[in-house]
Amino acid sequence: MGLGAYLCVSVALFALGLCCVIARKNLLHVLIGLQLLLAAASLVFAAFARFHGAATDGRVMALFVLVVAAVEAVVGIAVVLHVVRASGTARPSAFDRLRE
Amino acid sequence: MSGVLSRTQALVVAASLAAAIVVGACIAGTEGAAFGFFALLAVGGGAACLFERSHFRAVAALCATFVGTTGLFLLLASDLLAVTQLLIAAGGIGSLFFFGARSLPREASGPDFLRVTLTLATIVPICAFAAWRCARSASFQSAGPVEAPLAGDAGKIGVALVDPRQFAVGFELAAVLLVVALVAALVFARRTDEEAS
Repeated sequence: MGLGAYLCVSVALFALGLCCVIARKNLLHVLIGLQLLLAAASLVFAAFARFHGAATDGRVMALFVLVVAAVEAVVGIAVVLHVVRASGTARPSAFDRLRE
Repeated sequence: MSGVLSRTQALVVAASLAAAIVVGACIAGTEGAAFGFFALLAVGGGAACLFERSHFRAVAALCATFVGTTGLFLLLASDLLAVTQLLIAAGGIGSLFFFGARSLPREASGPDFLRVTLTLATIVPICAFAAWRCARSASFQSAGPVEAPLAGDAGKIGVALVDPRQFAVGFELAAVLLVVALVAALVFARRTDEEAS
């Protein structure tokens, strides 16, 4: 399979993740959408590393993206649990006190 | 599978995966079949994350996406990346999300399908157009495809991560970032005295 096939999968994953972040009204699903975005990014790095030389660079960047995904999951889940425990809801629209 | 999916849903998933394998095999043989399977697993998992109401099913779909991307990494001859993705993403992050799904209250209502579908119908053409424009205009088009060897790449990546002229600084920053995230998660998640009482 060529580079275009992998890019199509990556674009589909990115669009689904972005839609999940924008359209879902639950903090856990927003975090899941962010994970989809990062998975799409790491797939693009790996695909370009495979098909356009400099193989090590792209794979190392994909590893860094994986680290960022892990950090986002750890901190994100902790923050979500904290705010849900404080307010009893996981709807993002309920957390608007910073605007006041 | 019957605990996560109903019989009809399981049949639809199995039929879709079989169709993806057959189409991929017709296009590019064995590699195409594997690509079709893993690509559908990744994209289908992402779609299930978007439309699923249950937290547990959404996290299971996310794990399916991670497994699909792991297979795609294998097809891209990135064995170290595939193993790392399987262990950290599908294993560690998936477990963390399962824990979060267990701790969160159930949603009173599912996703607004009209809102989700309209957002998807807006975003997909924009992303596709942006990707097409980037693919048309980027300078990498002038470079020919490089067939990387199918041998393991762990040694080269290890050397690149500790080489000061390559990624040693980024590697150390990633380590610091992980430690900071660990401490931040502990601070955020612990109960205060008021909450405990």
